Amino acid sequence: MTATHEADAAVTLATSDDPAPAHRHELLRLATAGSVDDGKSTLVGRLLYDTKSVLADQLDAVERVSRERGLDAADLALLTDGLRAEREQGITIDVAYRYFSTATRSYVLADTPGHVQYTRNMVTGASTAELALILIDARHGVVEQTRRHLAVTGLLGVRHVAVAVNKMDLVDWSQERFSEIVAEFSRHATRFGIDDVVAVPVSALFGDNVVDRTDRAGWYTGPTLLEHLESVPVGTDPSAQPLRMPVQYVIRPQSAEHRDYRGYAGRLASGVVRPGDEVTVLPGGARTTVAGIDRARADGSLESLDVAFAPQSVVLRLTDDLDVSRGDLLAAADEPSLTTRNLSGTVAVLSERPLRQRDRVLLRVGTRTVRALVDDVVDQLDIATMEQQTAPDGLALNAIGRVRIRLADDIAIDDYRALRRTGAFLLIDDADGSTLAAGMADAPDRSIGEGI
Amino acid sequence: MRAAHMTTTAARALPDEFTLDHLDHLESEAIHIFREVAGEFERPVILFSGGKDSVVMVHLALKAFAPGQLPFALLHVDTGHNFPEVLDYRDATVERLGVRLVVAHVQDYIDDGRLRERPDGTRNPLQTVPLLDAIEAGKFDAVFGGGRRDEEKARAKERVFSLRDSFGAWDPRRQRPELWDLYNGKHAPGEHVRVFPLSNWTELDVWRYIEREGIALPDLYYAHEREVFARDGMWLSAGDWGGPKDTERVETRMVRYRTVGDMSCTGAVDSAATDVAGVILELAASRLTERGATRADDRMSEAAMEDRKKQGYF
Repeated sequence: MTATHEADAAVTLATSDDPAPAHRHELLRLATAGSVDDGKSTLVGRLLYDTKSVLADQLDAVERVSRERGLDAADLALLTDGLRAEREQGITIDVAYRYFSTATRSYVLADTPGHVQYTRNMVTGASTAELALILIDARHGVVEQTRRHLAVTGLLGVRHVAVAVNKMDLVDWSQERFSEIVAEFSRHATRFGIDDVVAVPVSALFGDNVVDRTDRAGWYTGPTLLEHLESVPVGTDPSAQPLRMPVQYVIRPQSAEHRDYRGYAGRLASGVVRPGDEVTVLPGGARTTVAGIDRARADGSLESLDVAFAPQSVVLRLTDDLDVSRGDLLAAADEPSLTTRNLSGTVAVLSERPLRQRDRVLLRVGTRTVRALVDDVVDQLDIATMEQQTAPDGLALNAIGRVRIRLADDIAIDDYRALRRTGAFLLIDDADGSTLAAGMADAPDRSIGEGI
Repeated sequence: MRAAHMTTTAARALPDEFTLDHLDHLESEAIHIFREVAGEFERPVILFSGGKDSVVMVHLALKAFAPGQLPFALLHVDTGHNFPEVLDYRDATVERLGVRLVVAHVQDYIDDGRLRERPDGTRNPLQTVPLLDAIEAGKFDAVFGGGRRDEEKARAKERVFSLRDSFGAWDPRRQRPELWDLYNGKHAPGEHVRVFPLSNWTELDVWRYIEREGIALPDLYYAHEREVFARDGMWLSAGDWGGPKDTERVETRMVRYRTVGDMSCTGAVDSAATDVAGVILELAASRLTERGATRADDRMSEAAMEDRKKQGYF
């Protein structure tokens, strides 16, 4: 971390203090995944430092602690150490969120720990990510943890993967070694249905190819890691997906000005909506038409929109006086969600309490919560071999497996692989309220046995 | 797999008409959070101090429920050392919106002996007990705070829905994983949930949003002449709270506040920024975090915030 380095960063990277460009300033959410000691904290620290997201007082603190620990240079990994409990034990116990920005994009980075037992945290971080940043130690190549990260990334439907092949300085920036790792990673990625993968050879410790290009690997002509993050397309085209809007809250002002106003507040989970569009209220199934789309202006007055799209938060008015309330889903009438009392899907167990056959739990999807019974734990995924195994004792913490669930009431749900937001569900412990498992619903035709 | 970068069909840019900028994303996310709480809880309350983050929270909450009324009360813990212009702003806002404001006074606790003044005169750590009492007395089950994850290391691990036990305590190991935008607000009687709608905002995002929405703030956020004195590398405001000491020299400087808290521990920074645009320019060039620059309470130890949060602090 020399003065020269800082100067380099200043000329090659446009930071957030530049005036806003003509195009929109975008938001990219990404999740990191690495194994123990592959330098993930250092890489994240490097991204923050070289994008000037680390300020002088934070750096002073890191340098002070580094000196106290007898280190020669500031240990950038300390930037992302959070809790004292973690520092004392030298571990990361949870997902931490980091923020950095450039002239064109703001980044929300979910920093997840790499320990074997913390699949739970990776699932959490990946659930909102559009890109997974997976670290590989150039000396060790693809290890079991890497396959686990890929499995979770594929399962959670993260569309883009960036691979940072780190510690390239320790393999003498060998192009052959890099190509080997890329080839092996590629084979696994295909197996998990991930096709958008970009690999970058880096040294997080020295900052090579993270933000600034290195001259140590003339053979590499691809982007630096940040250049890649800057150019990955963000978002899903809402016009390519059917409308889904879980109703969060019914707005009924009953004021003189809005005497008969009745609006349904929600955030579009997918799709586009315009006044005149026909929608179905699920799970009831009543059909009606969108009368208007409202949103508050900065001064509090109401503005009517010609169109709204995911992920905007709006208020919809409907032409018919129907019984619509929180827990309902407004869906495109010509392409509604599935209404069912039986569903199958894949779950990742997040709690110390294992998930077993016959467990009575709550299921939450969109804004709806219903009582549920785990009909069957079908199997468990063995991450090491990627084979399905039987799960006679249920699914323990960090396990991933398939389940069949029976519900006390109808729900509307989608295939997670097609519609992430309305295909995702939680299983909740009715007794203590804890979140037991994260679930991803199958498509009806992929469901197991009777089910859907 | 591509070792080099190129565009594929999977990597198509969005049509421009369906693109949101990052402030739109953050606004939509925050509005979603306010509506989730309104739908899932009985008695939510917004912590409102008149500070910029709480002002932005109230602005977002109003937008979330328009044209309906704000379905929440406001709660303020008055340390007794608050800036008078911020209290005026608070009261004017409450009157304009016609909402209910609950105020818990640290001074009451000192007067009747339930709390003791600290030797250093700082009252920030004393806010926790009155806050928890007010939450219990008001039977509030969800408490909105303006905390942001970019503020401080312990905050970086905070959930949007943060479960607190009946002592208000935050146990990092007991926090629920938060997936997608499915917030689990289940809690037992006596427990409550702290909710942070601005979790993913940075200080600069807050200011850019204030600029975009034309939100009015207390004047001390902008550069003004003030009588200050130096302590611990910060400019503190002279006032009834106990500063300056005999050895500390008072001078008049052009300053502004980046955060607004208790006068005893909140410092001003030298500034020429008299409007929002000026503040944004200054912040973008700043080399210090807002807490590092202006908050003595976070300098007490490496884990100062972690410790306060465990005891039930904001």
